[in-house]
Amino acid sequence: MEIKRRDFLKGVAGGAALALARPTLALAREKIRLPDAVGILYDATLCIGCKTCMVGCRKANDLSPEMIGAQNLWDNPVDLSANTLNIIKKYENGTGRDKDRETDGYSFIKRHCMHCVDPACVSACPATAMTKDKKTGIVSYNKDACIGCRYCQVACPFNIPKFEWDDPFPKIVKCQLCNHLVEKGELPGCCSACPTGASLFGSSRELLEEAKRRQNMVPGKYYDFPLSSLESGRTQYKPAAHYIPALYGENEVGGTQVLMLSGVPFGKLGLPDLPSESYVALSENIQHTLYQGMILPIVALGGLIFLVRKRGDKGD
Amino acid sequence: MKEEQPLGGKILTPTFLFCLLLFLISLLFIGKRFIYGLGAVTHMSDGYPWGIWIAFDVVIGTAFGCGGYALALLIYVFNKGEYHPLLRPALMTSLFGYSLAGVAVVIDVGRYWQLYNIFLPWYMNPNSVLLEVALCVGAYVVVLWVEFTPTFLTKLGADTAKSRLKKIMFIFIALGILLPTLHQSSLGTVMLVAGSKLSPLWWTGLLPLLFLISCIFLGWGIVVFESCVSAQRYTLPDETHLLGKLSAVMAWLIAVYLVVRFADVAVRGHLNLAFKGDLLGNMFLLENLLLLVPMGVLFVPANRRKAPLLFLSAVSVVLAATVYRLNCYIIGFNPGDGWRYFPAFGEIFISMGIVAIEIMAFLWFIKRLPVYRRG
Repeated sequence: MEIKRRDFLKGVAGGAALALARPTLALAREKIRLPDAVGILYDATLCIGCKTCMVGCRKANDLSPEMIGAQNLWDNPVDLSANTLNIIKKYENGTGRDKDRETDGYSFIKRHCMHCVDPACVSACPATAMTKDKKTGIVSYNKDACIGCRYCQVACPFNIPKFEWDDPFPKIVKCQLCNHLVEKGELPGCCSACPTGASLFGSSRELLEEAKRRQNMVPGKYYDFPLSSLESGRTQYKPAAHYIPALYGENEVGGTQVLMLSGVPFGKLGLPDLPSESYVALSENIQHTLYQGMILPIVALGGLIFLVRKRGDKGD
Repeated sequence: MKEEQPLGGKILTPTFLFCLLLFLISLLFIGKRFIYGLGAVTHMSDGYPWGIWIAFDVVIGTAFGCGGYALALLIYVFNKGEYHPLLRPALMTSLFGYSLAGVAVVIDVGRYWQLYNIFLPWYMNPNSVLLEVALCVGAYVVVLWVEFTPTFLTKLGADTAKSRLKKIMFIFIALGILLPTLHQSSLGTVMLVAGSKLSPLWWTGLLPLLFLISCIFLGWGIVVFESCVSAQRYTLPDETHLLGKLSAVMAWLIAVYLVVRFADVAVRGHLNLAFKGDLLGNMFLLENLLLLVPMGVLFVPANRRKAPLLFLSAVSVVLAATVYRLNCYIIGFNPGDGWRYFPAFGEIFISMGIVAIEIMAFLWFIKRLPVYRRG
């Protein structure tokens, strides 16, 4: 029996509709914190804005300073760049008198790669140049794979990957949580340099607990705050500041291994306001639904070949 | 039956020479880009890592190249053989649009010398939307050249080779319908991951659907536009009747698109952004007005018999789909932190140089190869 063109088309359309109805189910996909993931807890209330972490980062990653001023004396980058992988910025309001206060106060904020639980750059990169370590969860870059398309920059909600615009043979550059040091059991440059424990290295899960402990502290009361890393054994005994109840990185775009505490709302500190689902989940779901095992494209191709041949019989 | 024939005539016309000049100037900037890096000729930045080379030459350029695809869809899937005479010129425009998008990519990517990595299985990232686009567009460029090969073979008089190729051509025609469906929708999916950086007037889970529908009516728009211009310039047979019918189909698809477009923005609760009177709101209105007006015009049967109205409607539709893609990739994109982007002089020149090659190739092809059917 000959298949009628119209029936055939109906069948194809129905199949496609069924396949496309699946994303809602597939959205159950969940990326969770890896058990051995490492990260950094940045506590803005402990940060004194000394920028030692930036120097520590330069040393650890062999980066040249960004000199400014007529006499070329000051290493003073204004933002992250291909030469500056972490940066301390300042928020100030009104008289700027009180630390960690939104009105008439000020706060510092540190910016670098957040090492997302479900990183957009890793999903976006066509050549697998961005990878997330299966154990530590550190997101790192491989220049030998990279084609320089810069889709990672488009994808990153934190604008972290930087590109060497003025180099004819450019690379993408980003904080890789000093994985070359972490591998050897050492600490990331910024954390070992930080004198106040504002940048604290540790297991991502334990840092989450530490952050919650701090949020439950009574402001003004004295507590121990670990320095450099959760396991360094060194602490500082000082009064707790007033924390806002939010913990940045706990849920943002599916969670990040770098966490942030502050006395000032994060939006004021220049951190983007992000939903708790990652955008990656949506784009990968659409992609996977359409291309799972290449079944849908192959069926479609079969259908098209059928139609084209049928048409061809009419002698065009 | 009428056969396609070369139109003949002089190659070195003033138009051709002007394009050649543009192309030569762009070569200087291309040289500068490869010697000093992308920063030396472009205004792209870490905030706006994609400029007009991606938005215009690749995303819009390949969409302009959808004429062949959109017609093949009508002819083969919807069994409308009457549009066949329009197919070959449309296919040729597709060929240039896509091939030159490939050239633009080589100029744009930073590490072009290892661009082939995306074809190496151990470097491929199956989760990457951009990988799908790259492989699919790459494959489609090959398909387009194969589809156009009979035209070369006719010119060379290689009849045996031509008839052999024609026997397996159905595979390439089918691929030529499948591949654009896949990658044109993926070009919409590409911007999904930008998430909060893209204005909610454009960021939606329906991006792939909107890109797909709009590339189809844009394809038809390009066919009407190009047929009108060629008919005017080279006294070809009058195809107003056929173009009128095509324009009617186009108007209906635009209607479907506009319903989806507005319903989507409204359901997500962002329609108020369209009427704020700021740049983004106005660009949204412009993009959709450029569709609404020709749709209204083309719904009136009498208008569809007037070639000038068909032409103007097609121009408007082509502009609308262009503005939509620019909005999705650049204007509606805001990375925050005060980043701004406007293309640099050299950047614009390289884009113009690429368009110039397209026009030169078009002129040479229609004069020397059997592309158009003469009356």
